[in-house]
Amino acid sequence: MAIRIEHLNYVYSAETAFEKHALNDINLELPDGQFIGVIGHTGSGKSTLIQHLNGLLRATSGAVYYNDKNIYDEGYDMKSLRSKVGLVFQYPEHQLFEADVFTDVCFGPKNLGLSQEEVEARAYEALKLVGLKEKYYKMSPFELSGGQKRRVAIAGILAMDPDVLVLDEPTAGLDPKGRDDILDQVARLHQEKKITVILVSHSMEDVARYVDRIIVMNKGQVMFDDTPREVFKHYRELESVGLAAPQVTYLMHGLQEMGWDIPSDATTVEEAAAAIENYLKKQ
Amino acid sequence: MNIIKARKIAFDYLKMDEEGKVESRSRAVDDVDLDVQEGDFVAILGHNGSGKSTLAKHINAILLPTEGTLFVDGKDTQDESKLWEIRQTAGMVFQNPDNQIIGTIVDEDVGFGPENMGVPQKEIWERVEESLKAVGMWEYRSHSPNKLSGGQKQRVAIAGVVAMRPKCIVLDEPTAMLDPNGRKEVIRTVRELNQKEHVTVLLITHYMEEVIHADKVIVMDQGKIVMQGTPREVFSHVEELKSYRLDVPQATLVAHELRKAGIDLPEGILSNEELVEALQKAAEQS
Repeated sequence: MAIRIEHLNYVYSAETAFEKHALNDINLELPDGQFIGVIGHTGSGKSTLIQHLNGLLRATSGAVYYNDKNIYDEGYDMKSLRSKVGLVFQYPEHQLFEADVFTDVCFGPKNLGLSQEEVEARAYEALKLVGLKEKYYKMSPFELSGGQKRRVAIAGILAMDPDVLVLDEPTAGLDPKGRDDILDQVARLHQEKKITVILVSHSMEDVARYVDRIIVMNKGQVMFDDTPREVFKHYRELESVGLAAPQVTYLMHGLQEMGWDIPSDATTVEEAAAAIENYLKKQ
Repeated sequence: MNIIKARKIAFDYLKMDEEGKVESRSRAVDDVDLDVQEGDFVAILGHNGSGKSTLAKHINAILLPTEGTLFVDGKDTQDESKLWEIRQTAGMVFQNPDNQIIGTIVDEDVGFGPENMGVPQKEIWERVEESLKAVGMWEYRSHSPNKLSGGQKQRVAIAGVVAMRPKCIVLDEPTAMLDPNGRKEVIRTVRELNQKEHVTVLLITHYMEEVIHADKVIVMDQGKIVMQGTPREVFSHVEELKSYRLDVPQATLVAHELRKAGIDLPEGILSNEELVEALQKAAEQS
């Protein structure tokens, strides 16, 4: 088991007028190799939560175990944790700073103290993994499109060879094709390298399409934790906390209301189309 | 009357070398003709780098066309003496609300625009009240903007533009950074401004669901306008849209899949409600 969170609490600005309980008694197990979606409206605590996973924020109380070791133990190697749990922030392309793409991706592994050869081999592999063509390697990051820059930033994290990849809204501001490209690539990485992927997203459609488990955050607590199919059954409750189900789920409910005897738990376009086709053929 | 009239406009981004000589140029907007009628709601779609934001920045003369002419409310944007009038005619709202809010209190932020235009004090406060009410943020007038949610901040940013009483508002991906609720709030606000106050709206977005109520949809690719029409017309070309790296609403996609499977459904279905209705008909006929 990779990450275990026990009774985690986090309070911002404790003992001031701005005190805010951002996380409230969180208990979660994130086993190796899962593809997990985290959803929740702005301010629900999801970004605060993921920043605990690699020790960027220190819990006010509670514990985070990585491979059964408490990361808050004295002498715990935070540096190695951060290379194993890679965190890609929102708009990561704003953090690109080197003169060219390749050097930027080298920055992480270089700081791990690896040999130059190893660093370059890793950077090369990471850039290949995100599907960026070689002609871009020597270009300035600022000459690339939004989607390409984002891929460079993700490659920078992958070059650290993480076991867990945490992505905070990796597709915000990308066009639909750029969005699909990045998520398809992440899904491929997940399959090929068997890494755990934690995807924070505002798009219910994306989450429904890719992940096997959804954690719904609300007011600093875990509201639901289940498969997309199960979670989106609670669409009314999700709406009440500023979320929604994928659009196709509403379509299925609409058909049920018209008296169709059809399952309403489809969460993707393919599932919905198949269920409708099936129903019509039976008629 | 056409509030925006573009004739063969083109725009080049220049790359300079160290001596300031032009090293290379890339054409971001290419040979665009555009007519927008006063009171219209126009949506602009296109992938990242298709030229839509560059085009949008022409509407209030942040950028001037390299070639061609652009008239905003009858004024040529190249005419420097008309610059302030043009900027008052066409207000702009950008993607990141945090980059657009400068006041420490909501109502002061909204008053900033009209104050700079030299509007008398009393009228500034009238306009602040009116615009905050129009975006549904009046009860937050004494709040600090940084304690608001993304959708609320973006509505304050919109109020800031509305307070300048523009005839036209250009919104460049105003919902890209918001959660589903924030997105709904902003789009509802924009539609209300368009319907009640008859403000002309140009909305740039990647969310296809935000487009289905527009009067007209424009699709850009490589700086050119490649498709235009009503949402129904544009979204009936699913494959063509995909070739421009775009999407269609999920309901349209489900209908498209079902049609491919041989189920008789009309083209151009945009919403769940329309699809439910069409499916009901299909079921009754079979």
